[in-house]
Amino acid sequence: MIEISHLTKKFGDLTVLDDVSLKIEEGERVAVIGGSGSGKSTLLRCMTCMEDPTSGAIYFEGENLADWQVDINLARRKIGMVFQQFNLFSHKTVLQNITLAPVRLQLADLKAAKRKNFRNKLINPLRKNKKPMLPTGRTKKEIVAQAEETAFDLLRKIGLEDKADAYPSTLSGGQKQRIAIVRALAMHPKLMLFDEPTSALDPEMVGEVLELIRRLADSGMTMVIVTHEMRFAREVATRVLFVDKGKIAEDAPPEELFNHPQDPRLQEFLKKVL
Amino acid sequence: MKRFAAIFCVAVLLAAMLTGIVSAKGADSGLLLAGGNGKIDRFLRIFVDEGGYLQVLRGLKNTMLIAVFGLAIGIVLGTLVAAVRVMPKYKRLPRLLNRICSVYVGFFRGTPIVVQLLLGYYVLLPALGLNYPALYVCIAVFGLNSGAYVSEIMRGGIASVDIGQMEAGRALGLSYSAAMLHIVIPQAVKNILPTLGNEFISLIKETSVVSFVGTLDIYVAFNAIGTNSYEFMVPYLAMALIYIVLVAAVTALVRLMERRLARSDRNISSH
Repeated sequence: MIEISHLTKKFGDLTVLDDVSLKIEEGERVAVIGGSGSGKSTLLRCMTCMEDPTSGAIYFEGENLADWQVDINLARRKIGMVFQQFNLFSHKTVLQNITLAPVRLQLADLKAAKRKNFRNKLINPLRKNKKPMLPTGRTKKEIVAQAEETAFDLLRKIGLEDKADAYPSTLSGGQKQRIAIVRALAMHPKLMLFDEPTSALDPEMVGEVLELIRRLADSGMTMVIVTHEMRFAREVATRVLFVDKGKIAEDAPPEELFNHPQDPRLQEFLKKVL
Repeated sequence: MKRFAAIFCVAVLLAAMLTGIVSAKGADSGLLLAGGNGKIDRFLRIFVDEGGYLQVLRGLKNTMLIAVFGLAIGIVLGTLVAAVRVMPKYKRLPRLLNRICSVYVGFFRGTPIVVQLLLGYYVLLPALGLNYPALYVCIAVFGLNSGAYVSEIMRGGIASVDIGQMEAGRALGLSYSAAMLHIVIPQAVKNILPTLGNEFISLIKETSVVSFVGTLDIYVAFNAIGTNSYEFMVPYLAMALIYIVLVAAVTALVRLMERRLARSDRNISSH
């Protein structure tokens, strides 16, 4: 699904990721653990080029995302991302937060298709091999209606449909994060990335967010979660990575990694957090 | 508070006018308003009877045209310039655009608007062999000028929006420009609205220099009345009053918009 090869990321002189290679298959649920400053968040952010890799390649559906020539925005549509700080659009209502990207992107696609059709209509008479017209059947209204329907469906699943017209500032942290997850899901992603989704939450709200992620995991979504919730990692993940000093120090199924840690630093880390 | 300040200013001006009348009364020794030689009378004769108010209205129209269109151009231009200046500069094109924008901002912030007007109307226009009415040149110059200032205001506004907002937009697959336009800039505008109101106010007041290129504005209209009546105190005080009323109206408008845009900040559901 996504393959990282020889990825290095430097911030100035500081090497945060040091020649990391990693392959994640479809359906895998990967938990990434590690001390603060180990590079685990940077690893996650590099997967959608939120941080541009210093060197190395990231292959997603056969394309190297680290390449300037590749349109990263097309890949990002298929990769959902959830942030520690939720990052809901504070000037938009919950519903608008969820529908903004799907509507904008589909409208942009529609416009591009119309533009291409217009060009082809002009040039086709001169061509031997006529280029086919692209479908432009859907109107703006249909696109908006469909996006809102999807949004309401998702909101209903998390029991927040009554908050559709509320602004993010009126929501609790747990609600915000659940909306943020739903916002990513509205793009129908193939891969979900979670960057410490519960670290900014009050303890009593961690449960509802983890519950939603667990449900998502049960539905078969491929996901990568950077987390400090060791119990959650153990229960949900199919594979756990321990990142230390910019390298993947250990990579094993959860039972093995938690019960029989090989790396001495992982042993020390687990002793501290468990 | 501002409203009280405005009322205070108007009161001071009225007081000044009254003193004017009193002193006029003294100077004209008894020939008061009814006598037809008082300062107010002379002003009113030109202003009302000889159609001075038409000139003033025309001047007011030009002042407002220049300020409103100048600000509109300024906001569009300033937003574009600000967006260019905060763009990540890995590639060559953004770097080149950035260079151009900083030259533009440097020039329009570094020279007085009178100089820009004179250069535009008496140097640039003939050099290009064009012949536009002075009013259009004024609108263009004020637009360019306020664009430079708005770009700096907007840059601050964009910087004040949390970087996570941009990241969230990009993570959903929006392009840099789409995320900027639909997510960052609306929030930036909300943050800078009071400052933008200030810019509009100073723009209204700065229009009083357009007479340098022969455009009719409030100043020209009242100055003409003064010249005709050999009496400048009342026309100039009236001019000040008009500016104050304009600025107070703009202040109220900005306040109203602020309250509208603050909806998403309120800690209650919108229902």
